[in-house]
Parts: sequence; C-alpha cells; structure tokens
Amino acid sequence: MRTFEKGVPGAAPRRPLPPFGDEHEQLRASIRRFVERELRPHAERWEDERWFPDEVFAKLAAGGFLGLKYPEAYGGQGGDHLHDAVLIEELGGCGSGGVAAGIGAHVTIATPPVFKFGTEEQKRRFLVPAIRGERIAALGITEPGAGSDVAAIRTRAEPVDGGWVVNGSKTFITGGVRADFVVTAVKTTADGGHGGLSFLLIERGMEGFTVSRKLEKLGWHASDTAELAFADVFVPEENLLGRENEGFYLIMANFQWERIAMALGAVAAMGRLVDSSLAYARERVAFGRPIGRFQAIRHKIAAMAVKHEAARALTYHALRRFHSGADAIDEVTQAKLLSQRYACEVADDAIQVHGGAGYMREYGVERAARDLRLGPIGGGTDEVMKEILGRRLGL
Amino acid sequence: MASAETVIKPDFGTTRKHFIFEEHHDRLRESIRAFVEKELAPHADEWEETTFPDSVIRRMGELGFLGLSMPEAYGGQGGDYFCNIVLAEEMGRSNSGGLTMGVAVHTDMAMPPIHLFGSEEQKREWLVPAIKGERILCLGITEPDAGSDVAGVKTRAVRDGDEYVINGSKTYITNGHRADVIVLVTKTGDAGNYDDFTLFLVPMDSPGVIREKKLEKLGMHASDTALLAFQDVRVPASAMLGEEGKGFYHIMWELQGERLIGAAGCVAGAQRCFDRTLEYALERTAFGRPIGKFQAIRHKFADMATKIEAGRQMVYSTAWRFANGEYPVREISMAKLFTAQMACEVTDECLQIHGGAGYMREYGIERAWRDMRLNRIGAGTDEIMLDVIGRSYGL
Repeated sequence: MRTFEKGVPGAAPRRPLPPFGDEHEQLRASIRRFVERELRPHAERWEDERWFPDEVFAKLAAGGFLGLKYPEAYGGQGGDHLHDAVLIEELGGCGSGGVAAGIGAHVTIATPPVFKFGTEEQKRRFLVPAIRGERIAALGITEPGAGSDVAAIRTRAEPVDGGWVVNGSKTFITGGVRADFVVTAVKTTADGGHGGLSFLLIERGMEGFTVSRKLEKLGWHASDTAELAFADVFVPEENLLGRENEGFYLIMANFQWERIAMALGAVAAMGRLVDSSLAYARERVAFGRPIGRFQAIRHKIAAMAVKHEAARALTYHALRRFHSGADAIDEVTQAKLLSQRYACEVADDAIQVHGGAGYMREYGVERAARDLRLGPIGGGTDEVMKEILGRRLGL
Repeated sequence: MASAETVIKPDFGTTRKHFIFEEHHDRLRESIRAFVEKELAPHADEWEETTFPDSVIRRMGELGFLGLSMPEAYGGQGGDYFCNIVLAEEMGRSNSGGLTMGVAVHTDMAMPPIHLFGSEEQKREWLVPAIKGERILCLGITEPDAGSDVAGVKTRAVRDGDEYVINGSKTYITNGHRADVIVLVTKTGDAGNYDDFTLFLVPMDSPGVIREKKLEKLGMHASDTALLAFQDVRVPASAMLGEEGKGFYHIMWELQGERLIGAAGCVAGAQRCFDRTLEYALERTAFGRPIGKFQAIRHKFADMATKIEAGRQMVYSTAWRFANGEYPVREISMAKLFTAQMACEVTDECLQIHGGAGYMREYGIERAWRDMRLNRIGAGTDEIMLDVIGRSYGL
C-alpha cells in the first residue's frame, strides 16, 4: 500500500540511473576524494605552468585508477568500462580540462588498443607499466595533413629487415611531449588509405623520434600537446600492434570508447557548470535580490540544466549499449555530437550568469568554456559526426 | 574494488533498445501497431474534418488497450507503466495528433486519478466502464481565467447538506463534448492557499452542465475541445474524488503523468515525421540527385535524429524513475520541455525539407507541424516548465 503525503503518493528514494549502481557510487566517492586531495589544489598552478607533473600518473596508479577496466593479471582492477566511466566523470572535477585530458589520453585512448590488439609480450612491455603509471602512453593519429580524414595519413613505414623505417610527422598529440611510447598510425602500403594503415608502438629514445614542438592552445593548458617528428626511425617488428594493414579497424574500434569518454566528460562538466551557476545566482545580489530570483536568470539556469539532463540521458544510453556489446555507433555518435555542443552552450551561459566574474580567471568558468570548446572538434568534429549519422541513415 | 567475476553486468540485452522494455512490451507494441495502422491511420484525414468517432474508444477498450497498467480487478491488463509508454509511442502512427491526444486524455490524464484517489464505488462506476471503453473521460482544470496558474481556479463547489453545488466554467477541455464524466477541479475553500481545492467526478449529463462551444483550433482537429459551463450542478458528496482540500496536490500529481505521456507522444510524433521525411528525401530529386544526398540536408537529418534520441532517452529514464515510485518532478518537467521544443523544431525542419510539398495538405507534414505546436503550451507551457525546474533548485 502506498503512503500519501499532502495528497500525493510518498516518493521512493532516488536511485542511480543505469548503467550505474551502488557499487559505482562507492568508486565515485573514492575517486572524488582523490581528485579533491591530489589534483584540484594544484590545478591553477599546473595551468600556468602548461604542464602537470608525471607523478600524477604514479599517484593515480597507486589508487588503482589507471587500470580500472583491465584484468588483474596485468595489474588492473578487473573492472569494466563502467568503472572507467566513473573515473572520467570525476576527473573533470579537478578544475582543469587539461589535466583530465592528459590522464584521459593515457587511460581512454592510448592503452585500450594495446590491451585489445596487443600480443601477450606487448602487454607485458607496454600495458603493465602503463597501468603502474611507469610508462605514459599517447595515441598518434592526426597529422598536419590528416585530421578527421584518417585515410589521408602520410607517415610512412617502409618494410626493412626485422621491422620498419618510419618517416613523417604527427600533430595535436595529447601527452605527446611526455609520452614514453606512442601508439602510432602509419602507412604500410604505398597507397595508404583505409586498407593500408597499421599501428606501431614507437618508443621514446628510438633514434630519429623527436618532439618537434609543444603546441600552445586556446584551452587545455595543463596538458602537453605535441608535434612529433619521425626521421628514419627504425621500429622492430615486435612493435607492430595488431595486424598489418588493419589499422583502420583499430582506429574505428577505439573511436567508440573515446567518443563516449568525451561525452561523459562533457556531461560531467555541464553538471558542474550548472552547480556553480546555481551557487553564484543564489549568492550574488543585484537590484535588491539574489539574481537567481529574477525569472530571466532562473530560466536560463533551468535551460542549462535541461541540456545537461538531455545529454546525460543520451550518453548513458550510448554507454549502456556499448557496454552490452551491441553495435552502438549511432548512439555513441549522437551522444558525442549533442554533448559537446551543449557543453559549449552551457559554458557560455554560465559565463553570462556569472557576469564580469565569469570573465575573470578565479571563478574557473572562463577556463571551462575554453577547455570545452575543443569538444566539437576533437575525437571527430561535429561535421564528421553528422556525416556518420547521415550516411547510416542511407543519405 | 570488485574482481571481474563479481562485477555486476546488467543484462541490457543486445536486441532490445532499452532496459525498461522486456519481451512482452515488444509483443504489446506489435499488437498496438497493427491496430493503429489498420484501423486508425486510414481514417486520419477523414477524422480531421469530423473528429474521431467514439467507437475508437470502444474498440480500444475491447482490445484491452485502455487499461494497460490498471489492475485486472477493474478489467485492466495489470501491466507496468512502460506499457502506457508503448501505447503513447505507437499511437503516433495514427498520423493524427488529435486522436492521440483524445485517447491519452482518457487513459493517462483522467483515468489515473480515479484509480489512485477514487473510492471502491467510484472505481466500479467509472473506472471499470472507462477501461472497457464504454464511458469516456475528460479532465477539467483550465478556466477562461486560469491556465497554467492552477491556483487561480474559480469554479466553486459549495456544500449543501449531502450534496455539493457547482458553479463556474472550464475551457480547452479535450473530449469535453463526448465525455460521460469529468474529473473536475473546484475551489472549496477560502484560505488563499493550495488547500482550497477539491476534485469531483461530475457526470456530464447532470442538469446544469452545458457544453457551450466546440472550439476551433490551429491543429489537433481530430479532437473535440469544449468550453463548458456549470450552472448550479448538484452532485452527491460521494462524488468527491480524493480528499477535500487536497485537490491541488492531487492534480499536481496527475500533471506529472500527463506531462510524461505527452513527452513520449512528442518523441513518437517527431520520429514519425522524421521517418516520412527521410523517405521523401531519398525519393525527391533536385539538381540531379536525391536531396538527401546533399550534405546540407543530410546534416539536418543527423541533427534531428540526435535530438529525437535525446528526447526519447529523457522520457525512458524518467519513466523508469516514475515507475520505481519516485516523484521526479524536475526530470519530468525537463523531459516535457525538451521533447515539446524538439518536436516543434523537428516538424519545422521536416516541413523545410519537404519544401512546397510540405506546405501542402496532402503530405500531412503541415498537419504534424500544426498539431505539434500545442505541446509547448498544453499541460504547462515551456515557461512554466522552466519555472518549475528553476524553483526545484531553490531559485
């Protein structure tokens, strides 16, 4: 029998929205404590320094956070993508998109292909130390002449005795300055293209492999973004990741999780922007009352919250589909598209609600807006997302 | 942290689109779909002129579609709330917003309060025949001077011995001409607060109930919309629905279900319009190719598909909360607002893609455009939703 309070049925307690359950909420609390203690207090300085220290990886590893989804046999925690999802949602709370991105590049995009496509020996050499935080990984796909159009990759690996000789360059590589190894897309046939790409594990210290530039950016200041040069770099055959000329498949496989991760990050960021706008609007007084009591501001924040909820519902749907092993390309692509665009809009509204204070650095809102602006570009632009969706509709 | 074996991997199923649905929902969906396509959709044009006949309700009662989640003891199917979502979604295939709305007022607006708040006797008298489709229900909230501001209701019920005497008027009442009984919001107190209101079940053939006018509308032509007058209408005290003075809270509860079902209807309507427009874009040739093959049009579809899916996921996750017994006013308001705006944007974009044909009556797109527009007004305007959401955060 339902109980009634004030003429409506008594409400049942709120439950976490699937796919998350109580187990994930515990992990969330523990990561949140870590972020509050180890990352957030330093975020401001790391932004200024355009760098966060490598020890962050060691500390994350000590908490077990770099291998949440990997088997215990490799030093992981034996969890799954949902645990990683919690990590991604919570990392944004450190206040620096760059720190979150630097960690994310290692956890979300660079180590998964090693786990999925690597040989046992490659996992020992690369994945195990990566989970321990001892070797930092980056993913190298984009080139000066090949962004969303990965088939245009020109970095060439010429077969030689015992391996390949690599020539070319990569750019916009997150974590590329500090990386101990780069999971690198190369052309292994003369023509390249979809059927001629392969992946090589290119290691720091290999002769001819250099970081040619550390790039300055609109946002993500604490992360290191590199331009990499390969001049006659010899890469031994045991560093081939996955099968020769099947690199395009690896890229596609990786994209799904990368895009979900981006969507999760944007959703979490929107939640924080709504919270900080609420806090500010309750506190800040103008014309005799808290500005949140003006309908224009109340409605603006409500609309921000709706965008957050819409993006969250769509992203969790994509996450559930992906996690269930189903083909989730539509859902993932939609979640990535919607969440990144909404996050930029919400960030802009948050600046507006904060007024002059929003334009100033100390509130962190302008930084969030700058950091989030990468969303509609990175991991495949909005336009590429729409091409994927349109083509899957038969258009 | 749990090991891989103990991690709960929810069975979201790879064939089902969402975790709220089980196999029996799929079967229900098929059976409703077959009925809608065979017995309703062919008459959509005709009913725009004549409004839909009462026999639709009787037929749906026969088929068991009117009490999907009502207890078997009252002739219902004893299903869960998600069955109602299935009905709302499949009714979209009737291509008639007016018909969909007329049925939804009966099943998801007027019926739930009778079930939840009604006495055993009231349920026997009204709920049982309503589920059978033998009696038609309507709901009377809005008045000429009280729309979204429910507390502005002036229709008065005054106690006189064992009876109540009702005076006032109600407007924009869907099913008002065909209904056998109205769930009526009246004012019974003068405290000047939310405890002043009481619900009554008033038979529409009671002396003094005057169906004044059949209102002409922008869209929803298949539904009948009434202006009603109540002149010294006498009902026994036993006609009171729920508790005296709790009418406002009862109706606020009712509005939650109404908004959520409305949101599901918006998603279904938008999807229907999208599907028909996609067909058109693949057929219609301009400048030597199907217009859908132009990037500008392809990207419109990608955007629409993304927004529709976001709306659908908001509805599903909110329905999940609602079915769990939560009282998720904020999320329902968000879903209602988002889906209504989304559906209007989508129908407008579909009209654009159809070009001149979209403006013509025969394609049915202009009708969808007109029908859909009501959703940003009915059951609480966009602005009211924003206010409810904003206030839920204490603004």
